[in-house]
Amino acid sequence: MNAPVKPSERPNDWNSLPDARGKFGQFGGLYVAETLMPLVLELGEAYAAAKADPDYQAELASFHRHYTGRPSPMYFAERLTAYYGGAKIYFKRDELNHTGSHKINNALGQILLARRMGKTRIIAETGAGQHGVATATVCARFGLPCVVYMGATDVERQKPNVFRMNLLGAEVRPVTSGTGTLKDAMNEAMRDWVTNVEDTYYLIGTAAGPHPYPAMVRDFQSIIGHEAREQILGLEGRLPDAVVACIGGGSNAIGLFHPFLADEGVRLIGVEAAGHGIETGEHAASLTGGRPGVLHGNKTYLLQDDDGQIIDAHSISAGLDYPGIGPEHSFLHETGRAEYVSATDKEALAAFQLCAEQEGIIPALEPAHALARVGDLARELGKDGIIVMNMCGRGDKDIFTVAEALGRTI
Amino acid sequence: MSHNRIDKRFAALAAEGRAAFVAYVMGGDPDYDTSLKTVQGLPGAGVDIIELGYAFSDPMAEGPPIQRAALRALKAGMTLNRTLQLVADFRKSDADTPIVLMGYLNPLFSAGYEAFAARAADAGVDGLICVDCPPEEADELTDALEAVGVSLIRLTAPTTDDKRLPTVVKRTSGFVYYVSVAGVTGVKSADASAVAPAVARVKAASGLPVAVGFGIRTPEQAAAVAKVADGVVVGSAFVDEVQAALEAGGENSNENVTARVLSKAAALAKAVRSARVGKA
Repeated sequence: MNAPVKPSERPNDWNSLPDARGKFGQFGGLYVAETLMPLVLELGEAYAAAKADPDYQAELASFHRHYTGRPSPMYFAERLTAYYGGAKIYFKRDELNHTGSHKINNALGQILLARRMGKTRIIAETGAGQHGVATATVCARFGLPCVVYMGATDVERQKPNVFRMNLLGAEVRPVTSGTGTLKDAMNEAMRDWVTNVEDTYYLIGTAAGPHPYPAMVRDFQSIIGHEAREQILGLEGRLPDAVVACIGGGSNAIGLFHPFLADEGVRLIGVEAAGHGIETGEHAASLTGGRPGVLHGNKTYLLQDDDGQIIDAHSISAGLDYPGIGPEHSFLHETGRAEYVSATDKEALAAFQLCAEQEGIIPALEPAHALARVGDLARELGKDGIIVMNMCGRGDKDIFTVAEALGRTI
Repeated sequence: MSHNRIDKRFAALAAEGRAAFVAYVMGGDPDYDTSLKTVQGLPGAGVDIIELGYAFSDPMAEGPPIQRAALRALKAGMTLNRTLQLVADFRKSDADTPIVLMGYLNPLFSAGYEAFAARAADAGVDGLICVDCPPEEADELTDALEAVGVSLIRLTAPTTDDKRLPTVVKRTSGFVYYVSVAGVTGVKSADASAVAPAVARVKAASGLPVAVGFGIRTPEQAAAVAKVADGVVVGSAFVDEVQAALEAGGENSNENVTARVLSKAAALAKAVRSARVGKA
């Protein structure tokens, strides 16, 4: 049993990170071109001021409640629990949010900040399209023009989300450089930002990039973990044995993990995308198969060759198809506070189908990776155990990809 | 001692009363041998300082021409070590022309800063411009370069205000590179009238020569900037010549790459040399 540690008794070390230079240990930091430096420094100051402003926090809380539909439920997945025959499995239902994933938590926080800063044009990158949809949504809500960069490969495999973004008034610009996936979209968004420094706000979707983005996105996503902690205490009277989330850039995972960092008895388990298998080299598991490097404004684990050239990631899930990871995860990995494992395309597909059949929930392919590791964990922990998994997105967008993988036509 | 090549060159040009013509080409574009021949020809075409790109897979500050150049070089098997080899090969026949490497941090971090600095100095590199390594993150790299006498050349931008400028030029040597437009390489055009006060500001803060780049493509633009700066950097226009020669194809496309780049360099060098440096 994990006795909950009162907030006053918790060490506060975890909350002191990142330091003033944006570092989580050796990771994170500010590695951008000089043209952008004054902008990211200004953003850091603006975010610190907003964070301390009760009016800003109240406005954000109101949108979370009335626009997004938070708090999201904590659901006991009874049939899956019985299926695996081990620990009790709970889903944190962030797929029920407005726009269908956790991405809205961050998009709302940042759009309110962009408005405070007087920015009049919003750009974003997207992989699966969930962050693009969330950004297009908040831009529509606040009447701001929105340009979303999306790899051409992803535009093809995530057509429903491209159409949704268009309906919401956003311009989706397909990126053909590189392999046309998330990292290339991020490069292109940074090129746009450096070209339009006066009026443009770059709304990054994951807990990566130059400081303050990793800390800021984590803070916005931590609503997941804060709610989950309170909900599971209410339902079970104790903390879970483990919390589990999928990791591409890692925003939903850091949002779930962070409020549990000081609860040393709670295992934090991140599931990376192993693609065709780590041994094949065709995967997106930066921590399992990469080493530290510098990309997209931060120092973190990256998939790279001996010369420091970035290697293209592979995953069936467009949202996990990224050769890096948020710097705080690199730090939690090196300190050993969190555990990082992986699941292959095949395992995620099997979990996707199992979840639909057993629970009547069609998960996104991203959390299907997390679910693929939950069975082993449930058996390992046994019937007395409790697991909370973040169901960070719904699978409507993935039905074409899944149909193709299963050899069916829709 | 190698950074003396840069200092010597700027001192000599100041005595002549003209700006330095700095040419950027991507090392190994479209292949090692062609690139070496091109680089060997640049001083004869009137180039005063060579900026040699080392390829990176994710060049975030580059426009499409240099992005494509990097991909061509990588496809041809270029690595950071091969780029240093190219410098060493160049030095066999040229001991005077300063060479400045330009690129991104990850290949250097991957090699290890000290190991990279030692190899660069051995090869005959005089300076380094690292796009995504601002002063806040540069201490270790600067230590390693200073230990072997290679200059770390900093970029300053239109967004760099007076408050930040001293931080940016601290621990820089050789010259300062003023990025004349907010944007990626090779897309927007530089405005010479806006460049003049910026150059004066950077010069006053750094006490170093100031070279201006990003957005200079034509002889007219080069001449205009040469009147107000200590150096004029042209890059994407050369890389475009490489691409044009390759697209034209034919048996001699590699020879054409070299010929086209050197012909462009000669035209731009003439423009820079025709412009006397005004009051900066």
